[in-house]
Amino acid sequence: MSQTISNALFGAIGISAIAYCLAAIGLNVHFGYTGLLNFGQAGFALVGGYAVAMPISNWGWSLWATIPVVIVSSAVFALLLGIPTLRLRSDYLAIVTIAAAEILRLLVSTPKWVNVTGSTDGINSFTNDIQNTIPGFLDEGFSLWKVQVSPYIAWVMVLGWLLVGLFSVLVWSLMRSPWGRVLRSIREDEDAARSLGKNVFAYKMTSLVLGGVIGAFGGAILVIGQRSAAPTSFQTQFTFLTYAIVVLGGIGRVKGPIIGAMIFWFIISFSDSLLADWTDGSGFNLPSWIMDSSNFSFFRWIIVGGGLALLVIFRPQGIFGDRKEQSFDVR
Amino acid sequence: MSDDTVNPFEGLTPTPGVAKPEPILVADSVQRRFGGLVAVDVDHIEVQRNSITALIGPNGAGKTTFFNLLTNFDTANSGTWAFNGRPMQKVRPHQAARLGMVRTFQLTKSLSRLTVIENMRLGATGQKGENLLTAPFRFLWRDQEAEITSRAEALLERFKLDHMRDEFAGSLSGGQRKLLEMARALMVEPEMVMLDEPMAGVNPALKQSLLDHVKGLKAEGRTVLFVEHDMDMVHEISDWVVVMAEGRIIAEGPPEFIGGNQEVIDAYLGAHQNTDIGAIQ
Repeated sequence: MSQTISNALFGAIGISAIAYCLAAIGLNVHFGYTGLLNFGQAGFALVGGYAVAMPISNWGWSLWATIPVVIVSSAVFALLLGIPTLRLRSDYLAIVTIAAAEILRLLVSTPKWVNVTGSTDGINSFTNDIQNTIPGFLDEGFSLWKVQVSPYIAWVMVLGWLLVGLFSVLVWSLMRSPWGRVLRSIREDEDAARSLGKNVFAYKMTSLVLGGVIGAFGGAILVIGQRSAAPTSFQTQFTFLTYAIVVLGGIGRVKGPIIGAMIFWFIISFSDSLLADWTDGSGFNLPSWIMDSSNFSFFRWIIVGGGLALLVIFRPQGIFGDRKEQSFDVR
Repeated sequence: MSDDTVNPFEGLTPTPGVAKPEPILVADSVQRRFGGLVAVDVDHIEVQRNSITALIGPNGAGKTTFFNLLTNFDTANSGTWAFNGRPMQKVRPHQAARLGMVRTFQLTKSLSRLTVIENMRLGATGQKGENLLTAPFRFLWRDQEAEITSRAEALLERFKLDHMRDEFAGSLSGGQRKLLEMARALMVEPEMVMLDEPMAGVNPALKQSLLDHVKGLKAEGRTVLFVEHDMDMVHEISDWVVVMAEGRIIAEGPPEFIGGNQEVIDAYLGAHQNTDIGAIQ
């Protein structure tokens, strides 16, 4: 049992939690503060992930040199999505972003550019250079209770949490400012913002770019941590899990994505570890007609789904949300 | 009616499209079609500066559509209009607001999940903190924010909303939202305020104070153009009344003139209200 809890605690702060946390910080800017229905956060993450893996693997760039590539490519992706759709109603943005994210995923999966994108296998040979950037104090990695973390993963975790801190402070400082106030007014009613002289299109575009770039760093951390940039990491469920995290933590709250991601991945890792233990044939075992070692991983998604359903019924504002605030109809 | 100064409408012929001595807004042959329906077809209209002009007409007359066209929330099929001599037909809605022409909406658009004071602060223009690059650094916009806040608080007091300062706008009553929307529009410091049915859904007790606020706008030197169905309000506060029906301006004149105008009566009640149906061919 202590191994299970230890695994779960590691899951709460591990690579996936960080990656989804960054994606959720970005999505919170879009959806939580601006009201943009971006259903293509997976696309932004994919752009970020491949923007790291492709230059390192194909052209021998250093890790640090890929940072501007992550920013520029995801900003361009946001502009391409935003220019045709941000003047339309928000539902159109949802349709276009989900389609664009799928198009990107299929483009990197296609065998035509296998030399550059690695097709469905993805890019798997870019970590040697990153290995060399590990600072001395992480040479031994570290241990979290019963989980031994390798130096490489420890280094990615340090980088990832630094990014989470950096972007959270940025979002916090922006959202308390008059700039953030304009975003929230657009979320409530963009015509009202317009009637008060605010250039709604420009603000929505800036929000889409900012949240997209943050989400792209989430994809970059995921790819570096998994040592693989593969299209399967960026399926539509990436976006939906990110939404679940934003709702869980509290929509439009700076702490929301961080706590949401940690709790979400704690639950995922805990149920994964617990059910693995209960189906491994030794000690206590669940009857095989309920589940066995081949299908327990599906079961945890049922737990997560049920938990989220309970959350939106009994605590629709999420963990940090303000129930009073959420009780007002937006329109 | 202005009591102290000369009435600028003195001696004007009450005919549609009559020229005003000092127009702030001039529109020419503005048309808006929805398919085959011509919603707005205004040949010429001038709105006198620093006056209260009412725009009335039966339902479906195109008043709100005309409003939307003038403020560029809707796009006209043809026509030109100028605000302070500046052509406005290519301007975007937020630019119209910045140029000094601010509107409210028939269905109030209070920003529910922002507090009352945040609603008010939003209205201020030229905020340094609304720029992405300066926004993260509070010391760059703190002083301006304090100045905006005190201006907002003064307005809230004037509109008797100061006790709601920190409540979410969504918790206000319908009438209070109307007040908030008007107060918020004043944060823009507009030259011209365009009110779309300011009295709709407001209880009689609040009505009188709303009327006083509208009169106050004129006293401050602003121009008011409002759409309204409430004839008491039209008679009580407007200097000039413009009547629309089926997209066209069919009459304009001082409020006492409009009540007796045959075209207006026809537009509201039908041209044959006293005739035997059998007599109409």
